[in-house]
Amino acid sequence: MRALDILWTLFRKDLRIEWRQRETLASICVFGVLVVLLFNFAFTPAGEESLRLLPGVLWIAFAFAGILGFNRSFAAERQNACLDGLRLAPIEPGLIYLAKMLSSLVFLAIAEVVIIFATALWYNFSFVPSIKWFVSIVFLGTLGYVGVGVTFGAVAANTRMREVMLPVLQFPVVVPIFIAAIEATSGALRGEASSQFASWVRLLVVFSVIFIVLSFLLFEYVLEE
Amino acid sequence: MKKNSSMTVHSLLTLAWILISLYLAFIFAPNEANQGNVYRIMYIHVPCAWSALVGYTVIFAGSVGYLWKRSQFADDLAYAGAEVGFIFCCCLLITGPLWAKPVWGVWWVWDPRTTLTFVLWLLFVGYLLLRTFFVNPAQAALLSAVVGIIGFVDVPIDYMAIRWWRTQHPQPVIMGGPDSGLPPRMEIALFTSIGAFLCLFFYLLRQRLHMGTARRDLEQLRRGETATEF
Repeated sequence: MRALDILWTLFRKDLRIEWRQRETLASICVFGVLVVLLFNFAFTPAGEESLRLLPGVLWIAFAFAGILGFNRSFAAERQNACLDGLRLAPIEPGLIYLAKMLSSLVFLAIAEVVIIFATALWYNFSFVPSIKWFVSIVFLGTLGYVGVGVTFGAVAANTRMREVMLPVLQFPVVVPIFIAAIEATSGALRGEASSQFASWVRLLVVFSVIFIVLSFLLFEYVLEE
Repeated sequence: MKKNSSMTVHSLLTLAWILISLYLAFIFAPNEANQGNVYRIMYIHVPCAWSALVGYTVIFAGSVGYLWKRSQFADDLAYAGAEVGFIFCCCLLITGPLWAKPVWGVWWVWDPRTTLTFVLWLLFVGYLLLRTFFVNPAQAALLSAVVGIIGFVDVPIDYMAIRWWRTQHPQPVIMGGPDSGLPPRMEIALFTSIGAFLCLFFYLLRQRLHMGTARRDLEQLRRGETATEF
């Protein structure tokens, strides 16, 4: 119970910081929408073609928006030595990770909703028929993506050129999540039977669980000075 | 001195083994029915793949070892495994397309195996870049161990890719199931060259470890000198 209380407190703290600045959220939403816009100019898709491009466009927009968020997620903690305060508190480091992951998940989810609305509008595409599977796939993929991203964001924060370092670390590791997410999304949007893309969804679940458990266990080393 | 002599023995052993495997690969092994001589690049490509996978496994083992025991040796091991494994992974990605062009007609195909091998290469690059970009060197060992362990999650999938999915990449010839396998002569040549490459891998790994220790000793000596000057 105590662990849940701590988690809730940390999670609320992250949300409150973000609410007072609204920097991260605004920048990842705008950036994600810009990616979709650029794709629209690059391909000017119409009809059947847009269905083929949509899953890729969506996930690339999610990925870029996410990277921007992870780069910032520990930036606030560095001001006024907040990270040292967290370190000194009698809290299990894994809980700090989980709280950061949940808050990043919420921010990216909000950005994703904005991105999805933008694509629905510009690509004249309705997500409603496949909404149940689509939402679950996007949730699972984002979960795994954020699971690694928060850890790597914390690692990259200790390097020079962290804006470059983070994608170089993050993208290769999450390639399996991307492949599975894009395949499953395109199956769902095409309205295939769920058995057709169930194996990709399973892969998503397996990877998300592995990445989150590993990060949870390893986070104490990331926080060590 | 004793270390030096064991290194010499290792280097001579590697040289002899490589010469033998070259003989087996180019003269002893017969031509392949469809591909003729082209297939012989397999005797370099497959051993490189093994060495690259062993390389990332060394990173993983060194990383776990460092987090567990905090020994400098484990960290050196992980770093050395990354550098040596990276070289073999480069060879792997060079020999693959060289073979694919005459056989498939294209240099590269994005199927699960090739994609994941490219991912493996990127994992090496990311790890090596990370090690050079740390602001505070004291954190380098710790944080790269974390990255090394998380990155290792992708490695077994690369190994299993040609077993799980029907890919354009040739099916495995070793431990690939009842119908796989090679004619005896090819098998002898392949196993010998895998052995030779692994021998070379561990020789380079030892040299790299030795270099790491020497570099640290030198830094210590330098620091000692400046300290006495002041």
